[in-house]
Amino acid sequence: MSTAVAPPAVRSAEQARGATLTGTGSLVRFMLRQDRVRLTVWAVSVVFFYTYFTFALNLFFDDTAAMQGRAALMETPVGIVMGGPGYGLDDYSTGVAMSNEGITWMVLALAILSILHVVRHTRAEEESNRSELVRAAVVGRHAPAVAAVVTLVLAQAVIAVLSAGALVAVGDLAVADSFALTVGSGLSAMVFGAVALVVCQVVGHARTATGASLAVFAVAFVVRAVGDIRELGGSTLSWFSPIAWAQQMRAFVDLRWWPIALSVLAIAVLLVVAALLASRRDFGGSLVETRAGRADAGPALRGPLAMAWLQQRWALLWSCLGLGLMWFASGTMLPGIGDMIGDMVVDNPMLAQLFGADPSQLAVGFLSVLVLYGAVCCAAYAVVMAQRPKAEESSGRAEVVFSHPVSRHRWLGAQAAVAGVGTAVLLAVSVYALWGGAVIAGWGDQTFTDYSVVVWTYLPALAVFLGLVLALYGWAPRLTGIGWALVAYTFVVGMFGQVFDLPDWVYRVSPFDWVPEVFSGEPYAGDVAVLWAVAVGLGVLGFVGFRRRDLATG
Amino acid sequence: MTSTAPTGTRSADAPPIEIHDLHKHFGPTRALDGLDLTVAEGEVAGFLGPNGSGKSTTIRVLLGLLRATSGEARLFGADPWRDAVDLHRRLAYVPGDVTLWPHLTGGEAIDFLSRLRGKPDPRRKKDLLEAFELDPTKKARTYSKGNRQKVALVAAFATEVPLLILDEPTAGLDPLMEAVFTEHVRHAAAQGTSVLLSSHILSEVEKVCDTVTIIRAGRAVESGTLDELRHLTRSSVTAVVEGDPAAVARIDGVHDAVTAGDPEGTRLTFDVDNTAMGAVLTTLSGLGVRSFTAAPPSLEELFLRHYGDDVSDVGASGDGDAADGAGSRSGTGSGRGAGRHAAATTSEAGAR
Ligand SMILES: Nc1ncnc2c1ncn2[C@@H]1O[C@H](COP(=O)(O)OP(=O)(O)OP(=O)(O)O)[C@@H](O)[C@H]1O
Ligand SMILES: [Mg+2]
Repeated sequence: MSTAVAPPAVRSAEQARGATLTGTGSLVRFMLRQDRVRLTVWAVSVVFFYTYFTFALNLFFDDTAAMQGRAALMETPVGIVMGGPGYGLDDYSTGVAMSNEGITWMVLALAILSILHVVRHTRAEEESNRSELVRAAVVGRHAPAVAAVVTLVLAQAVIAVLSAGALVAVGDLAVADSFALTVGSGLSAMVFGAVALVVCQVVGHARTATGASLAVFAVAFVVRAVGDIRELGGSTLSWFSPIAWAQQMRAFVDLRWWPIALSVLAIAVLLVVAALLASRRDFGGSLVETRAGRADAGPALRGPLAMAWLQQRWALLWSCLGLGLMWFASGTMLPGIGDMIGDMVVDNPMLAQLFGADPSQLAVGFLSVLVLYGAVCCAAYAVVMAQRPKAEESSGRAEVVFSHPVSRHRWLGAQAAVAGVGTAVLLAVSVYALWGGAVIAGWGDQTFTDYSVVVWTYLPALAVFLGLVLALYGWAPRLTGIGWALVAYTFVVGMFGQVFDLPDWVYRVSPFDWVPEVFSGEPYAGDVAVLWAVAVGLGVLGFVGFRRRDLATG
Repeated sequence: MTSTAPTGTRSADAPPIEIHDLHKHFGPTRALDGLDLTVAEGEVAGFLGPNGSGKSTTIRVLLGLLRATSGEARLFGADPWRDAVDLHRRLAYVPGDVTLWPHLTGGEAIDFLSRLRGKPDPRRKKDLLEAFELDPTKKARTYSKGNRQKVALVAAFATEVPLLILDEPTAGLDPLMEAVFTEHVRHAAAQGTSVLLSSHILSEVEKVCDTVTIIRAGRAVESGTLDELRHLTRSSVTAVVEGDPAAVARIDGVHDAVTAGDPEGTRLTFDVDNTAMGAVLTTLSGLGVRSFTAAPPSLEELFLRHYGDDVSDVGASGDGDAADGAGSRSGTGSGRGAGRHAAATTSEAGAR
């Protein structure tokens, strides 16, 4: 620290002021080292999506008619909710579309990054007692929080610069507007990171803090959407949402810089509030009292199955709610998208070649893509839940349970059963929500039975994910992350696979490739049987392995 | 092994814990390296050793959480790995670092665990909660370390079982609660429960244990009743003498002799193996003793010597170097340690 070189007389006074920040520098380095993989993955993913969407928009909206079709869609309430305020629609282009529709999602992604980062390095650390060690060393009281913010700013800055570079390089877009878009989005997202820091001072637990901060984002999302629906291009209400502060810079339409000041101001105010609150509370303490619970367990809390359900039910409920709403909204967009793609194909023979000539089939193809996305989300859920046993084991809770008369099979069976049923429920909710949205929007070519077949045929594919993670857990618990690799692989192959002409096996590795195409083709049962066989085989393998191996010890 | 407990009662039944030549390797690490340990029925056995010596590993093998690399471990005569579920009906376990379900209250966690064992007893739970002064309505993640420990203790004591396995169960408990714990262990022992208690708190071991096994680097280095072990320790002596104390320092079995000036003569402090005490007194009496104090041997000392040595020292037990007294800690049983002391005394007598 700079105070170290000052003469003693000055030093003591300076130290008194600066002492709460002592050690920030080394903490920053420590966090960057700790997070180098995580932050790199985030940066690469975000830049990739900027690149991809710029590229895709350039390609598919090469002609004005298609662009105008999309602009028309963006004027509808659904377009405003899922997209943006709807400015620059008269002269819709790649840059305008990125700015109008993309910002919401980029801010979402970057806000999640910000919230997770801040919570992980402050409240989660405190909760785990790890930072107690750090704090007892020569580290000031505010140093961990400040270091978390500094590293976040660094990460966001790098992402913003790289993203702007991608927009300029790939989309050939204006430099100033590109930077306005990415920097504006980054700052808007950091407002939610600052919110998370405040929340971390108020509530006592990392998961609560993450949940509450995400809830603040959800409110901001709704406020922005409702505000924009009231008035195309944004009403007064919109301005109460930090998401609007990035959107209202109107990059690529008529760029103005001053809304960015709102983000900066909000961040500054929130940081000051967080610092004040932090000075008032104890280490590890919170400002809200935790309520007393029940002294005796309810009659239902009996056995590992009940415990697994207790642990997974909230995640299941929230996932059903969130994904259900999302797919319902997507369902309502189906007719508009069908028309839009139809128009595009009429005007652009090249696109027709890519999608096929029959407009009605195009929309059906789009529906299949939506179903695939929905299934990928469910696969992610399955992987998360199949990793629960690992968390139970490494935390030491499994050790306590296994010192009771509970067999390994019974315990793992309970975990797997709840995860499996939860995944199935989530899949059903997602698919039927899509159906509900489509029906309400008057798009009823596909029957309820068709959607039901989708549920039944995707189920074994999802079971493969569950089985894979269980098998890994049974034999090599350190490698359960491979489950995520398969999710990512499936997503990439499903999304981009059709564009490239890849060898057959590349597609066949993805479990979803074995699922029959319900909406356009004939279901064929053989592949589904293979999926079930693989899933069950992997699952059994996992149980055998888990019975044979040592339990990991704290 | 030297005898550990009265053997009359277990003629037909297998002992609750019986370990012979047990090995457990984690890759290159030999956590257990030929461990022997027996806990007889109704016995409270202390299990001591420095950090990383393999106590928790032993216990986890006994619980069927880890699979032994080789050797034999038996609980009530059965295989703890294969028959884990059945055996666990007959034992309760308290780990040294308890993790609970963060969203459950302590009371809920206790009920959940008791129900797993199948015999919840609300009366007993209530009594234990009162005895340990634990508030069962708090969420587990708001509990302090000591309170988390209490949750596990209440859950363990809440059902009556023939065997208690406790791995540093009082880590984090305040002295008052430690006393409550000691009382409950004694009570359980009085009911005929066998106990294996791993601990670093010697006073606790001294209070409740019938026998003690000391483990180092994965093998038992000392085992016996507390009295047997105490016999092997040294007393520390301070004396003021008029004559030249050098003769005392030369006696085999006298360690760390330090002299200092004193108005009345020379102040001499040293440690002495209990077996050499006679020779010391004889020599001292010829020097004109002005004052004399001898502190009784403490367990602490014995353990410190067992803990503090490095392994090479244990291996090199044969040389006659008495500078730091490799004596009692070099053997693998009390019999051998006593033998070396006898030899030391003889050689000293010869020198006279
Ligand atoms: N899962 C594991 N993988 C690798 N090494 C391990 C594992 N578990 C224990 N060990 C090693 O085995 C040795 C014995 O560990 P153990 O936990 O049994 O010691 P302990 O006697 O309980 O120590 P303490 O008094 O600190 O609790 C240590 O060297 C430890 O590092
Ligand atoms: Mg231990």
